[in-house]
Amino acid sequence: MQSATGCSGGLLSGAPALTLALLLMPIIAGLAGTLLPAFGYLPAIGASGFSLQPWRTLLAEPGLSHALILTLWTGVAATLLALLLTLALLAGCYQSRWLARIRRSLAPLLAMPHAALALGLAFLIAPSGGLARLLSPWATGWERPPELGLFGPQDPWGLSLILALTLKETPYLLFMSLAGLARWPADHDLAVARTLGYGPVSAFLKVVLPQLYPLIRLPVFAALAFALSVVDVALIIGPSAPPTLAVQALRGFNDPDLHARLPAAAAALLLTGLTGLALLLWEGAIQLLARCSRAWLSDGGRGGGGALAQWLALGSGTLALGLAMLSALGLLVWSFALRWTFPAAWPTQWTLAHWRGQFDSLAVATGNTLGIGVAATGVALLLVMACLEQEQRQQRAVSGRSLWLLYLPLLVPQVSFLFGVQVLLAGWGLEGHWLALLWTHLLFVVPYVFLSLADPWRAFDQRYEQSARTLGAGPARVFWRIKLPLLGSAVAVAAAVGFAVSVTQYLPTVFAGAGRYATLTTEAVALASGANRRLIGVYAVAQTLLPLLGFALALMLARRDHRR
Amino acid sequence: MNLVLDRMCIYLAERALFAPLDLNLAPGAIVTLMGPSGCGKSTLLSHLCGILPAPFRATGTISLGTRRLDGLPPEQRRVGILFQDALLFPHLSVAENLAFGLPRGLSRDERRRRVATALHEADLTGLGEQAPATLSGGQRARAALLRTLLAEPAALLLDEPFSKLDTTLRGRMRSFVFSHARERGLPTLLVTHDPADADAAGGPVLSLSAPIDGR
Amino acid sequence: MHHQPRLTHPGLALGLWFLTLLTGIAHASEPDWATIEKTARGQTVYWNGWGGDDKVNSYIAWVGAQVQARYGITLRHVKVSDIAETVARILAEKNAGRDQEGSVDLLWINGENFRAMKDNGLLYGPFSARLPHYRHVDTVGKPTTTVDFTVPVEGMEAPWGMAQIVFVHDSAVVREPPKSMAALLAYAQAHPGRFTYPEPPDFLGSTFLKQALLELTEQREALQKPATDANFGPVSAPLWRWLDQIRPYLWRQGQAYPPSMPALRQLLADGEIDIAFSFHPNDASAEIAKGTLPDTVRSYVLTGGTIGNTHFVAIPYNARAREGALVVANFLLSPEAQARKQDPVVWGDLTVLAVDQLPPEDQQRFAAIKPGVATLSAAQLGTPLPEPHPSWMERLEAAWRARYSR
Repeated sequence: MQSATGCSGGLLSGAPALTLALLLMPIIAGLAGTLLPAFGYLPAIGASGFSLQPWRTLLAEPGLSHALILTLWTGVAATLLALLLTLALLAGCYQSRWLARIRRSLAPLLAMPHAALALGLAFLIAPSGGLARLLSPWATGWERPPELGLFGPQDPWGLSLILALTLKETPYLLFMSLAGLARWPADHDLAVARTLGYGPVSAFLKVVLPQLYPLIRLPVFAALAFALSVVDVALIIGPSAPPTLAVQALRGFNDPDLHARLPAAAAALLLTGLTGLALLLWEGAIQLLARCSRAWLSDGGRGGGGALAQWLALGSGTLALGLAMLSALGLLVWSFALRWTFPAAWPTQWTLAHWRGQFDSLAVATGNTLGIGVAATGVALLLVMACLEQEQRQQRAVSGRSLWLLYLPLLVPQVSFLFGVQVLLAGWGLEGHWLALLWTHLLFVVPYVFLSLADPWRAFDQRYEQSARTLGAGPARVFWRIKLPLLGSAVAVAAAVGFAVSVTQYLPTVFAGAGRYATLTTEAVALASGANRRLIGVYAVAQTLLPLLGFALALMLARRDHRR
Repeated sequence: MNLVLDRMCIYLAERALFAPLDLNLAPGAIVTLMGPSGCGKSTLLSHLCGILPAPFRATGTISLGTRRLDGLPPEQRRVGILFQDALLFPHLSVAENLAFGLPRGLSRDERRRRVATALHEADLTGLGEQAPATLSGGQRARAALLRTLLAEPAALLLDEPFSKLDTTLRGRMRSFVFSHARERGLPTLLVTHDPADADAAGGPVLSLSAPIDGR
Repeated sequence: MHHQPRLTHPGLALGLWFLTLLTGIAHASEPDWATIEKTARGQTVYWNGWGGDDKVNSYIAWVGAQVQARYGITLRHVKVSDIAETVARILAEKNAGRDQEGSVDLLWINGENFRAMKDNGLLYGPFSARLPHYRHVDTVGKPTTTVDFTVPVEGMEAPWGMAQIVFVHDSAVVREPPKSMAALLAYAQAHPGRFTYPEPPDFLGSTFLKQALLELTEQREALQKPATDANFGPVSAPLWRWLDQIRPYLWRQGQAYPPSMPALRQLLADGEIDIAFSFHPNDASAEIAKGTLPDTVRSYVLTGGTIGNTHFVAIPYNARAREGALVVANFLLSPEAQARKQDPVVWGDLTVLAVDQLPPEDQQRFAAIKPGVATLSAAQLGTPLPEPHPSWMERLEAAWRARYSR
C-alpha cells in the first residue's frame, strides 16, 4: 500500500503540468501554423518568403469591414442577451418554486448540440417553416409560404444567428451561475437583504450579482469567444453574403485556390485579435458599469415585490425554452415524414424509411461518437481529478493565471489554430489516428470537466478525509473508499458535461480525425449542406439523444446518492 | 407595538416540531427561547421574518401591532434579524453596508450623517471605508446590528448572535445589543443554547416543548 | 518540392534522391491489372466526397458492398460538406512532408478543385487509361470526359458521371416556365421573391453565373481561353447588368442565398420559390419517386441550351491504398455500375460510357432503365454547352462576392 501511494503521489505531482502541456502545446503549435502563412510562409504551395501580402489581400477583400462589424454585433448581442436572460431568471425566480423547474429543464438544453439546435431553429422560423405551418392557413390565410422579404433564417442582420446562440448559451450560463451560487451562502445574503426591506429583485441585483459575476466571468468570456468564432452554427443560420469572419476564414482554408490560404490565415489571426479586443472591451464595460453603479448599491432603494420582473423573466425564459423544444420537435417530426408540404401542420404521410435506411451508418457514427466521447471523458476525468487532488494535497489552489491557461482552448477561436494543429499532426503521422482525435477532443472536454468538478471538489469537507486517515487508512484508500463515493454525483455530472462537449465537436473531429471517424455531428453537418431535413432530422435527433442519455444517467446516479 | 404569536406551530411534512406556542412581546421586552438543537427554534425565527424554507409549513398567526404578518414577503414585515454570522456583504465597504440598511429618500448629507453616527455608536469611527473582512469578529457583529437597526425595524429577532464570539467579547456584545433594543422599544425574541445569554437578557425564558402526541 | 527545409543533411538528401530515382523506375514498368487487383485485396480505401445527397450516399454504399464482395476491398465513404476541405487536407499533408501513407485514397472532384490539385502536384497519375473499363468511355461524343473545364485531364482523373443544368418547376404553379435569361428576369419581376440561385462559390451557383454569362455575353468565344484583366470587364458586363436588375426580385431580395443544390430543391419543395435547377437531369424524377417533390414537377432546358460537364474521381499523390483506389475507379466505370447510377430511382446521374458501343447485354442494362415523369429525352436535353475556362469561374466568383457580398 505504502509503495503504491508513493507511486501515485509521484504521478499526481506531475498531473497539473501534464494537463497544461496537453492543452497548450497544440494551441501554441497551431497558432504558429496559422501565424506563418498569415505572413506569407507556406512552403507546400511554394510560398517561402515573409511578406505582408496576405494582409493586403485580406484588407482589400470586399465586405471585410461589414464582416467585422457583423461578427462583433452578433457575438456581443448574443452573449449579452444570454447573460441578461440568465440574470433575469435568477433575479426573478431564485428562492421561488420556479427555480427547481428551471434546473430540471437545463439538462436537455445543455445536451442539445448547437448544430442540431441551429438546424431545428432554421426550419422553425423560415417563411415555410414550422411556426408558419402551425398557424397557416387558419390564422394567417397563407396558402403558400409568405414573401417576408429579408426575415427568416440567414437574415442579413444576423438576428436568427443571435437567437440561435442565445438559446444555446443561456442554459450554459445558467448552469455555471447555479454552480457559482452554491459557492457561498448566497441564500443568507438574500435573507438579510430581504429582512432589511429589499424586494427580491433589488436584493439579487444589489447583493448577489456583484458577488456572482466574478465567479462566472470566465464562463461568460468563453460564451463570448464562442459566439464570435463559431463556425457550424453560423454556417447553418448565419448571414451568408457576407458571412461572419470565422466562416470567411474557413472558406479561405477550403478554397480550391491554395493561395487563398494565406489571407485566410490572416483572417483567422484577425479573428483572434477581434476576440481578444471584444473580451477586453466587455471587461472594460463591466468594470465601468460596476463603478457607476457603486453608489446605487447602497442608496437605500428597495425595489418592489418583483412580480412584474418575475413574470417578464419567466415569460422570456419560457419563450426561449419553447423555441428550443419546438426546434427539436420539428426535426423529430421530419425524421419520420414522407410527405410534408406547406401549409400542413403535420406530415400527410409518415415513414420509418429514413431511420431504417440510415441504420448502418447511424450505427457506425453512434459507435464512433460513443467511443470518442467515453474515452475523452474518461481521460479528462482522470486528469482533472489528479489535478484537483494534487492541489488539495499541496494545500494550494490553482492560481488565477493557470485557470486562464486551462480556459485558453475555449477562448482562442478554433479556426485560428486547428489548421496548424492539422499540419502538426500530419508531421507526426498522427493525423487520422484515434490518439490525435482523442487529444483534440481533450482540448475542449478538459476545461469543461474542470469547471464542473472544481467547486464540489474544493467544497468537500476535508475532515472526512482527516478522520479516515486517523483511523489508519492511507491516502489512496481514503480517495477510493471515502472521497470518490461521496463526490460520486458531482463526478457523474461532470462526466455528462464532458461527454456532451465531446459529442458536439465538429471542426476538431474533422481536422484531427482526417474525416475518417464519422460521428453523429460530422454526419449531421455534412448533411446540413444538403438540406435534406429528413436525414438531418435523423442525425440531429440521434445527436441530441446520446448526451441526453448521459445526463439522465448522471441524474439517476445523483438521485441515488442523494437518497443514500 | 407588540409582537404577538397565536397558536404558532411549524411542521416538517406532517410532523409538528413543537407544541403550539402563544407569545406576546411588549415593546422593549426581551424574551429568550431555549430548547435542544433541532427543536425548531431557528426555523421559528425564519418563519417570523418571512424566510421559512420550502419543506416547512406553519400554522397560527403573527401580528405586529395591528398588522398581520402572515403571508407578507419579508421586505414588508419590518422584522429585523441577526444571525450567528454577521453576514456583512463582502463587496461593500463597512460604511456602505450600514448605508444599505438606511431607508430610501434621505438626502445624501443626511445619509452620510446617519452612517457616521452609526459608525460612532458601533465604535467603528475611521473604519467606514474598510472592507468587512478586515474587521475583527466583534466589530463585524456590531456593524451588523447597526445595519439592522438603521433599517428601522419594528421588532428584532436574534438567532444565537453571540455564539461565535470569544467569551470575553460576548458580554460586551450582549449589553450592546440589548441596550440598543430596549432604547428603541423593540419587542425582541432571542434564541440561544447558552443560559448566560438568557441571564443577560433578563426577561422571561421559554422552553420549546415537544409536541404532545395526538395533536 | 523546391523547398525542403527539413532535409539539410546531405546524406539524407542523397538517399531521398536515390529513392525518387527508384520509384521513377518502378513507374516505368507498371504492374499489370491482375497484379493490381491482387495487391488491392484486403486494402481499405478512404473515398472523400460530398456527402450532402442521400441518393448519392446510398449509391456509394452499394459500391462499397460490391467491391467488398468482388475484390475484397473495404470502401469507406468520407462524407464532406465541400471537397475543397479534402484538397486542404492533402495540402496540409504535403506541407508536413507526409508524402506516403496519406489519409485520402480517392476523391470525387472536377473543375477548379482538379486544376488546383493538378497544378500543385497533389495528384497521382496518369492512370485513367490503365483502367480496363476506360475503353468504353465516350471521349468523342462527350468531350468533357477529356477536358475538364477546358483543362486537359491527361489521365490524372477518371470520368465518373455526366451533368447538365436542367431547370425544374411545378407545373401546377407555373404553366409556362421562362426559357431564357430575359424571360427569367421578367418572371422574377412579376413574381418577386420566387426565384433564387445557390450562393457562389457553391458549384451549382457558380455554374448558374456561367450559364447566364454564356447566354448574355456578346463574346462567347473568349470564354474558352483564360480570362485576362483586359477582357474580363467587357465580356462579363452584360451579366452584371442582368444580375443587378434581377437582384431585388430574388428570394430574400438577394440578401441571402441557399447554400447548395439540395437547399434550392428544398425551397421548391416548401413552395418558397417557383423555379429551381439542378445538375442532374434525372434529379426531379428521383425526388418525385422518393415523395419529396410533388408529382406535378417537370424539367426543362433553356432554348439556348445549358452547360454540361463531367465529374471525375482522382487519386492523391500520397494515397496509401493506391491499388484499391484504382480498382474502385475501374468498377465505377463498369457498365453495371454506370447503368445503376443512371436509374432515377437510384440516383439518375448520366453515364460517361458510349452506350451504343457496349456489348448487347450491357446495352440492355441501360435500355431497361425506366425514365421518370420529369426526365427529358436526349433530344430534349440537346447538346450541352461547354464549360468556360476555370479562370472565368474564379473571376466570376470573386467579382460576385465583391458586388453582392459586402
